[in-house]
Amino acid sequence: MQALYAQLLVGLINGSFYALLSLGLAVIFGMLNIINFAHGALYMMGAFVAYFLLNLGGINYWWALLLAPIIVGIFGMILERTMLQWLTGLDHLYGLLLTFGIALIVQGVFQNYFGSSGLPYAIPDQLKGGMNLGFMFLPIYRGWVVVFSLVVCLATWFLIEKTQLGAYLRAATENPTLVRAFGINVPRMITLTYGLGVGLAALAGVLSAPINQVRPLMGADLIIVVFAVVVIGGMGSIMGSIITGFALGVIEGLTKYFYPEASNTVVFVLMVLVLLVKPTGLTGRAA
Amino acid sequence: MPDTAIAEAPARTATGGNILQVRNLEAWYGESHILHGINFDVNAGEVVTLLGRNGAGKTTTLKSIMGIIGKRTGSVKFNNQEIIRATSDRIARMGIAFCPEERGIFASLDVRENLMLPPVVREGGLPLEQIFDLFPNLKERLNSQGTKLSGGEQQMLAIARILRTGASFLMLDEPTEGLAPVIIQQIGHTIARLKKEGFTILLVEQNFRFASTVADRYYIVEHGKVIDGFANSELSANMNKLHTYLGV
Repeated sequence: MQALYAQLLVGLINGSFYALLSLGLAVIFGMLNIINFAHGALYMMGAFVAYFLLNLGGINYWWALLLAPIIVGIFGMILERTMLQWLTGLDHLYGLLLTFGIALIVQGVFQNYFGSSGLPYAIPDQLKGGMNLGFMFLPIYRGWVVVFSLVVCLATWFLIEKTQLGAYLRAATENPTLVRAFGINVPRMITLTYGLGVGLAALAGVLSAPINQVRPLMGADLIIVVFAVVVIGGMGSIMGSIITGFALGVIEGLTKYFYPEASNTVVFVLMVLVLLVKPTGLTGRAA
Repeated sequence: MPDTAIAEAPARTATGGNILQVRNLEAWYGESHILHGINFDVNAGEVVTLLGRNGAGKTTTLKSIMGIIGKRTGSVKFNNQEIIRATSDRIARMGIAFCPEERGIFASLDVRENLMLPPVVREGGLPLEQIFDLFPNLKERLNSQGTKLSGGEQQMLAIARILRTGASFLMLDEPTEGLAPVIIQQIGHTIARLKKEGFTILLVEQNFRFASTVADRYYIVEHGKVIDGFANSELSANMNKLHTYLGV
């Protein structure tokens, strides 16, 4: 039984990363209509920025949680201003190819300097150790990742679904021309939205660093699963991304317990089934 | 409408002064040359109507003034400021509000969110109580999804949301299109009340009967040009010409 709970916890942690990453992808797709293949590379950059902050600047994990998303978010906004904005109105394929190219370049540069092996990033002192819950042992850092990710996901959902800024974002997703004609600087809002989505990826990278180590290909390994999550949840759906992210993490964890051979493929099998039954995803809109 | 609101009208616009001046306005959709040198003026406090057949260039004229047509040349001056090169968000912030023909109600927003969406660009916008006084239906449907409203209610919402912003110059593109006669009458009363409130209105209409109940002046648009114009007081003298222009 302990093994089942342990796998459930691993599933929830993976689900946290899936949710944060797919949420960022959903926000970006909704606003920019771009399938951001650079997302994995930007997640990796988040982890590396945390690593640099700690080892070069002596800046700890807590500050990295704030600074890494800002730094990588600014990098993302520069990408959007200098490259992605020129793709407005073009087929999705162009955005996908461009961001895929950016991902390869970023990963290539990091791999060139840091190789493929992982760099260690220590769990902060306040989150070391664990708790015996009776039915399982819970490492505190892992519990923190799940809770913090959930809070960030819900805060992002609240921002988009329940605030005036979110209303601007949702309206601009439908009809950017009209929203701009109301006096809202839509191009600037698009840049900031890309920065927000990228910042979420970087945040996931920082959270992941103490668990998975900091590796140039850490995003490349994860992003394929995250895209499957996004396809299942529905491109552009905020709550769909969050729920599907956590749910698929748990399903993956349970599969590891009940039928480990299928644990690496279960998400993709589900993706195929969902695409056959509901091509726009469980909660998504047509692309 | 409370009398106090009408008493405040002179603060919005001083009636009579030239507020919009359009000269040699040309516009293109891609390779298609749509406007071929539009010229007209709108004075503060007026309701001016652009009349013309389908495809004459009326909507394109409004969109060109609003800055949402990719390529446009000529001159558009609003309160003596040139806006032909300005972006649409800047034009909106100068006090021009646009209500599009397709109404532009957002499906992902409820009625309240649709109503509150356009930011306040300057002082003098109508408070919500006055807006609900004009459109009581909206108050009852605030939590409904925007696109779940009837056509008439969507049109009311599309007009209502630009009244909050403080814009004094309203451009309404075919506000009566596809609506029942009783709703058209209500829209007509609303425009008359807005005029009393001091708003300046540029209206595009194909429904000439409706336009004649609210307009001070008319311009006839044909093949991307203004080919004629006259005041409402000269309407009966121009009826034969008008029938020829509009093919009615």
